[in-house]
Amino acid sequence: MLRFILRRLGLAVLVALTVSFISFSLLFLSGDPAIAIAGEGANENDIAAIRKLYGFDRPMLLQYWDWLSSALRFDFGESYYFRLPVADLIADRLSVTMILGVCGISFALLLAVPLGVLAAIRPNSIIDRVALFLSVAGQAMPSFWFGLILIVVFSINLRWLPASGAESWRHFILPTIVLGYYAMPAIMRLTRAGMLEVLSADYVRTARAKGAPEGLVLFKHALRNAIIPVVSLAAVQMGFMLGGSIVVESIFALHGAGYLAWESIGRNDLPTVQALILVFSLFYIVFTFLADVLNAWLDPRMRSS
Amino acid sequence: MNRYLLGTAVAALTLSAGGAFADKSDDTLRVAFTKELESVDSYYNSAREGVVLQRAIWDGLIYRDPVTNEYVGNLATSWEWIDDTTLELKLREGVSFHNGEPFNADDVVYTVNFVADEANGAVTQNNVNWMESAEKIDDYTVRIHTKAPYPAAIEYLSGPVSMYPNEYYAEVGPTGMGTAPIGTGPYKVVSVDPGKHFVLEANTEYHDGPKGQPEIGRIDIRTIPEVNTQLAELFNGTLDLIWQVPSDQAERIEQMGDFVVSNESTMRVGYLAMDAAGRSGADNPFTDLKVRQAVNHALDRETLVDALLKGKSTPIHTACFPSQFGCAQDVTEYEYDPEKAKALLAEAGYPDGFKTEFYAYRDREFAEAIASYLNAVGIETDFKMLQYSALRDLNMKGEVPISFQTWGSFSVNDASAMVSQFFKHGELDDARDDEVLADLDIADSSTDPAVRKEHYALALQRIADQAYWAPMFSYNTNYVFTDEVSYAPTADEVLRFHEMSWK
Repeated sequence: MLRFILRRLGLAVLVALTVSFISFSLLFLSGDPAIAIAGEGANENDIAAIRKLYGFDRPMLLQYWDWLSSALRFDFGESYYFRLPVADLIADRLSVTMILGVCGISFALLLAVPLGVLAAIRPNSIIDRVALFLSVAGQAMPSFWFGLILIVVFSINLRWLPASGAESWRHFILPTIVLGYYAMPAIMRLTRAGMLEVLSADYVRTARAKGAPEGLVLFKHALRNAIIPVVSLAAVQMGFMLGGSIVVESIFALHGAGYLAWESIGRNDLPTVQALILVFSLFYIVFTFLADVLNAWLDPRMRSS
Repeated sequence: MNRYLLGTAVAALTLSAGGAFADKSDDTLRVAFTKELESVDSYYNSAREGVVLQRAIWDGLIYRDPVTNEYVGNLATSWEWIDDTTLELKLREGVSFHNGEPFNADDVVYTVNFVADEANGAVTQNNVNWMESAEKIDDYTVRIHTKAPYPAAIEYLSGPVSMYPNEYYAEVGPTGMGTAPIGTGPYKVVSVDPGKHFVLEANTEYHDGPKGQPEIGRIDIRTIPEVNTQLAELFNGTLDLIWQVPSDQAERIEQMGDFVVSNESTMRVGYLAMDAAGRSGADNPFTDLKVRQAVNHALDRETLVDALLKGKSTPIHTACFPSQFGCAQDVTEYEYDPEKAKALLAEAGYPDGFKTEFYAYRDREFAEAIASYLNAVGIETDFKMLQYSALRDLNMKGEVPISFQTWGSFSVNDASAMVSQFFKHGELDDARDDEVLADLDIADSSTDPAVRKEHYALALQRIADQAYWAPMFSYNTNYVFTDEVSYAPTADEVLRFHEMSWK
């Protein structure tokens, strides 16, 4: 088991390195960062001076090596845009994103798994139809539209919740609903499909035949098996939420890491983008790893393989 | 498009919500920025939001009245050109910075010498690189030496150049100044959460300068990127003032009647730049005068202004903004005449028109309208929307045949801030006309205002005759605020908190 984990970790580091190298090369090709730093009012002398100041005139591999060796010491350099250490900037923005991500995925799971199970127990019933409707609506509604509707209803008309900002837990309610609801349909459909398949399996029929109580059959025998792919999916969704909740962060003015990444790309703020890509890829790697461990715990067959 | 429809929905649904509750009670004006400001240090940002904070936190040596455009003393009380490149200023006595440091000649000398040094990397070199150095004569007298005769100096000293405390700036540098700014201005900084949240507080010991005393006790600025969210916060009373509101939404809010909607012009000018010098290939059609004239005749400036820009925008025919010093308006104008445009294209050897790449970096809807006018006379456009820096990159390499550009002149009210920026054979100069260059050289450096005016007029006339650009329109911006706020926005796109008060 330990050897397995170590090998997986080694692989993870290689993946992170590859991602960072590829993104570094792509960013390098995407345009002259000196022009972006200089801003709209600069003339060519300003730009040349900046190019030299930041060392953009050196070979790419050299620049990458410099970045990597500092990154290993948690020094991601200074943001070209904010002129602040990237590590501080990301730490600040990441806290908002983490809270939002954890709340969002919890909301999605709390809504999707019970709905999926209920829908699978009574296929084609009214519950199944309602669940289907909810998931189609969640899939079809653009987040920015849903978010603004919630703001109109809960912030403007009812005045129950603040429209934007991240000052208190109340500020996170609406964004959590929007983000979680967007992730819900896939989890729910997968839970339903998994449960349907498992419920018709021989061992469930055996369990029922030997007179096991229905609750035990559903949760111990069926759900435990059906949930395995859901765990993997939720891990990916979670990674997506941490890096990709740009729209939600922008509508609710949350200033999280996703929004920071999106804006930094437009600003050619290379150190920030580079560091964020590394952080996001590490998230994916960690979550996938945790999901594998969790699945191995749920399904003993996976432990041996 | 969906977003605009949604704006209607937001406005419609909230009509019933009634008036906003006031923030007058806690003497706090809540304002939204749309863009994350990079740094509050005004020499290290190139953003409009930065100009707004700069005018609140710091003072310049000179002040230009935004309505009369008259120059009066601010941190300086009088000034005089000793020779063509030396400006001597007498400083105001008894002024202190927010941290208690007294203001005197040492602060001016330090600030000027620091920002004028290119190695310190002030972002907008154009604002500061005309200064060579500053020299202390006594505690309240300084001389600023310019690199060459520079008549626009007074304008720059009343705009982007503000005075920093020497001891504090030497200690904390631009990064420290960006997070804990110290100035002499009407507002003190309480807190800066970089890019996200800025809190200012009235400076109760503000000197008796031309800006007047601040009236509103506290200014709370949050960055909210989404305009619809800003509107929602305005409607439920958690914001008091928003600006840069799109015109269609501003019109709808005005109909609601609960808020003051004020439209003002800005100095930003939209224009088409054409590769007259043939940098993107000597065979490119825009090297032909007739083609450039055809482009100018193809555009219906009046309709663009009435239907798209609205408000206080006006059609523009010059390579500068009309209020700028030297921006002569009696130049050749090209009226909207698509038939004439087609005839000119035919004369130039393109009876069936031609195909060209067409670039833009902002205002997609304007760019698309412009492209349709070009298409109508036979100029088929391959439209490409790029980020500003990417387009600028292409432009500097000379790979852009025609593009939709805009320029805001940093609110500097002098033609040099626009026409001289683009027609002095720099990397962004598409015309490279020696005659224009010669006139601009004289106009930029003469200390005689009459000579300056004459040569800007000559340069602008030649640019218009040669149709190097197709200038189109000026921009405007909408300010929306609760009816408890009393404020008259000015035509330079700068929010002045010290001019605001509660009704």
